[in-house]
Amino acid sequence: MDNIAGSKSSLNWVVQISVVLLVALWLFPTVGLLVSSFRTTDQISGSGWWQAMFTQERNDTLRAADPDDEGVQQLIDGQYVISGNLFEDDAKAKISVWGTSSRAIDVYSPGEIAELKDGETITVSANGDYTQTSPVEMTGRGQRVFVTATSPPEFTFDNYKTVLTGGYSDGGMTKAFFNTLTVTIPATIIPIVIAAFAAYALAWMEFPGRALLIAVIVGLLVVPLQLALIPLLRLHLGIGIGKGYLGVWLAHTGFGLPLAIYLLRNYMVGLPRDIIENAKVDGATDFQIFTKIILPLSFPALASFAIFQFLWTWNDLLVAKVFLIDASGQTTVMTNQIVELLGTRGGNWEILSTAAFVSIAVPLLVFFMMQKYLVRGLLAGSVK
Amino acid sequence: MTPALQGLVTIFIGVGGCIAYFYFSNQFLDRVLFPARGVNAGRNINRANMIRPWLFLAPALIALGLYLAYPVFATLWYSVTDRSQNDAFVGLANYQQMMSEPKFWEAMRNNMLWLIIVPAASTCFGLLAAQLTDRLSWGAFAKSLIFMPMAISFVGAAVIFKLVYDTRPIGTNQIGVLNAIWLQFDGGIGSVLMLRAVPVLLLGGVSAVLLYSLWVILRGFFEQKLRIDLKSLLRVLWCAFAIYAVTVCAQLGWGALCGDYPYGQPQTWLTIPGWNSIFLMIVLIWIQTGFAMVILSAALRGIPEETIEAAIVDGANPFQVFFKIKMPQISGTIVVVWTTITLVVLKVFDIVFAMTNGQWETQVLANYMFDKLFRANDWGVGSASAMVIMLLVSPILIWNVNNARKEMR
Repeated sequence: MDNIAGSKSSLNWVVQISVVLLVALWLFPTVGLLVSSFRTTDQISGSGWWQAMFTQERNDTLRAADPDDEGVQQLIDGQYVISGNLFEDDAKAKISVWGTSSRAIDVYSPGEIAELKDGETITVSANGDYTQTSPVEMTGRGQRVFVTATSPPEFTFDNYKTVLTGGYSDGGMTKAFFNTLTVTIPATIIPIVIAAFAAYALAWMEFPGRALLIAVIVGLLVVPLQLALIPLLRLHLGIGIGKGYLGVWLAHTGFGLPLAIYLLRNYMVGLPRDIIENAKVDGATDFQIFTKIILPLSFPALASFAIFQFLWTWNDLLVAKVFLIDASGQTTVMTNQIVELLGTRGGNWEILSTAAFVSIAVPLLVFFMMQKYLVRGLLAGSVK
Repeated sequence: MTPALQGLVTIFIGVGGCIAYFYFSNQFLDRVLFPARGVNAGRNINRANMIRPWLFLAPALIALGLYLAYPVFATLWYSVTDRSQNDAFVGLANYQQMMSEPKFWEAMRNNMLWLIIVPAASTCFGLLAAQLTDRLSWGAFAKSLIFMPMAISFVGAAVIFKLVYDTRPIGTNQIGVLNAIWLQFDGGIGSVLMLRAVPVLLLGGVSAVLLYSLWVILRGFFEQKLRIDLKSLLRVLWCAFAIYAVTVCAQLGWGALCGDYPYGQPQTWLTIPGWNSIFLMIVLIWIQTGFAMVILSAALRGIPEETIEAAIVDGANPFQVFFKIKMPQISGTIVVVWTTITLVVLKVFDIVFAMTNGQWETQVLANYMFDKLFRANDWGVGSASAMVIMLLVSPILIWNVNNARKEMR
C-alpha cells in the first residue's frame, strides 16, 4: 500500500538494503558458530571465522629435533645431519619466509641455506622439511626456526566425530542427546492429552465456575516457575520420586499445562457449534464428540502447542538442573553439558561450537519444518 | 531398564492411562452411577452431565494445583521460615537478610535495566523488521531468518555470543568479531566519527524524544485542572523516569565525547562492569526480536487498508503513515508484545548462568535465587527472592486476568 500514490523507488531500495543488513546482522552470530564447528583447532585460533575461506598467515616459532635424542643425528659423508619436518600436524601449511633469530624472522626464503655458528647450516623448504648439517657432532637443544607460514582453508568433520563419540569426556554429547530426547518426548505428549480434555470441558461444557477457572488458568500462565522449584523438589524428595526422569516429566507437564489449556481452549471455542450439537442430537456422548470430532479438528492447535512444548523442554536448563541431574551425572542433558564445557573448556572453540550446534540442530530443523504452526500458536498464545 | 525404554513405557502408561481414565470414568458415570434408563433416566442424565466436566478437568486441575498453585503458597511459607531451625516461623528475617546483601541490590538494579532495555529494544527492532519486510517479495524468507533465534536455546545463544565476544591476547589474530572490529579503531577520524559522534547523536535523539514527551505532559498539566487519578499518576511516574533517563543519557554522552578509549587493546567485554550487562542483554534482544516481529507483523497486516489508502490520498508520506496511522492501530498489540517480553526478562536465568554466572556485577534475580538455593543452600532467602520475582510479575498477572475476564463477558 505504501507504494501506490507517490511511491519512490529510491525508498524501496533503501528498504531492500536495510532488510538485507538486518537479516545479515541477525544471521551472522549463528553462521559463525556453524563455520567454526567445521574448522580445525589451528584454523580456529589462527584467524576469525569470517576469514575461513582465505589462506591464513601466521608467525610461528618452531624447533628442529633435539640433537641429544637417540638416533636423530646421522653421519653422512663425514657430516652430521638432522632432517625432518617442522610441522607436526599441519601438513598443508606453506612457509613463505623464515629466519633463525627472533630479531630477523624473515631473512631467508624457502630453500636458502642459513649459516649458523660453528659451521652448522640449516635449510628449510616451503613444506616445512628441514636439513641441518654440521661438521662435528651437534649438542644442545633443537635449533629454533622462526617461520611465517600460510595455511590454506581447511574444513573437517573431526569435531563432530570427537563430540559425538565423546572423545573429550565420558559419554559425550551422544548420551546427553538421548537423555534430552528421553526428557522431551514424554514431556511433550502427556500435557497435550491432559490439556485437550480439560480444554474441551472449558470450551463446550456448561458448569458453574467455568469463567473463574479460565481466569485462574490465565493467571497461572505467568507464574514464574522459579517459585515452584523448592516446594516441588521437596515434594519429590518427600514422596520418593527424587531426582530423575519421572520428576522432570511431571514438572514439565505441570509447567506446560496452562499454556496448553489456554491455546487449545481458545481454538476449540472457535469450532462451529452446529457440528457438535448435531452430533449430540444423533446421540453421541461427550467422550465420542471429543475423540471423533474435536480432536481431529483441533490438529493445528495441538501442533502449535506440541512445537512450543518441544522447543521449551529441549532448550530448558533450569528444570533439568533442579529435577533431573543428580550427583552421578548420568542423566545430564545437552544444555547442561554445554554449560559445563563452557566452564572447563572455555577456549576450545572446536569442541564448544560443535557441541552447541549438535544441540541446536534439532530445534532448528523442527522450527523450519513447522514454522507455520509455531507462528499460529504465537499469535493465539499471546494474551490479548 | 534404559531411560529410553523407560521413556517409551512412560509415554505408553501416561497417554494410555489418561485415555483409559477418561474412557472408563465416563463409562462408569453413564452406566453404573447414573444410568440413562429406568424411572430416573431424565434426572440421571442431568446429574451425569453435572459431574462430567469435572471428570474431564480432574487430571489437569490436580497437576495445575500441585505444580503451580501450591508452590506459590509453599514458597511464601518457606520465605518466612528457617530450614535450619526446623522450619520455625521467623517473620521477615529472610527478607531482611536478603535486603542487607549487596548482591541482591545489584541483581535488582540489573533486573530493572533489563526490564527497560530488553523489551524496548526487542519491540523496536521487531517493529522495524515487521514494517520493512511487510511489502517485500522475499519478506517471508527474511522474517523466518530473523525469527530463527527463537528456536535456539538460551544456552546455545550464550555459546554463540561468547564466540562473538571472545578475546585473544594482544598481537594475535582476534577470533571474536567484536574485538576484531574494535581493533580497527585507531583514534583516527573514523573512530571519532563512529565512537564519539554517532553515540552522542543517538543519545541526543533519545533525550530529545524524552524531553518532548516531558514537555507535552507538563503542558497538559498546566492547561487542565489537576486531577488525581491513575492516569495522572502514571504521567508523573513517566516524567520522573524521563528526567532520570535524560540525566543518564547526558552522562553517557559526556563519557562518549570526552572519555578515553583504550584503542588497540583487545577488550574482555564480559568483565567490564556496566557494559557487560548490556552485552548479555543483546543476547536476549537477538532472541526476542523475532517474536516481536511475528506478532507485530500480523497486527500490521490486520490494519484496514482503507485507513492507509485515505492517508496516502490525503498526501501523507510513508513516515506519517507509519507513525500516525499504523502505530495507533497496533498500540494494543505493542503492549501485549512488551508485557510478554517483560515476563521472559523477569525469568531470565540461562543466559546469565552460562555466560558470566553473575560475576563482574551482572547478577540478576533469577540467577541470584538459583545461587541461594543450590549453592548457598539457603532456602529461606532463595524463597524470599522468588517471592520478589512473583511480586514483580503480579501486575502483569492481574492485568492479564482482567483482560481475559472482560473478553469472556
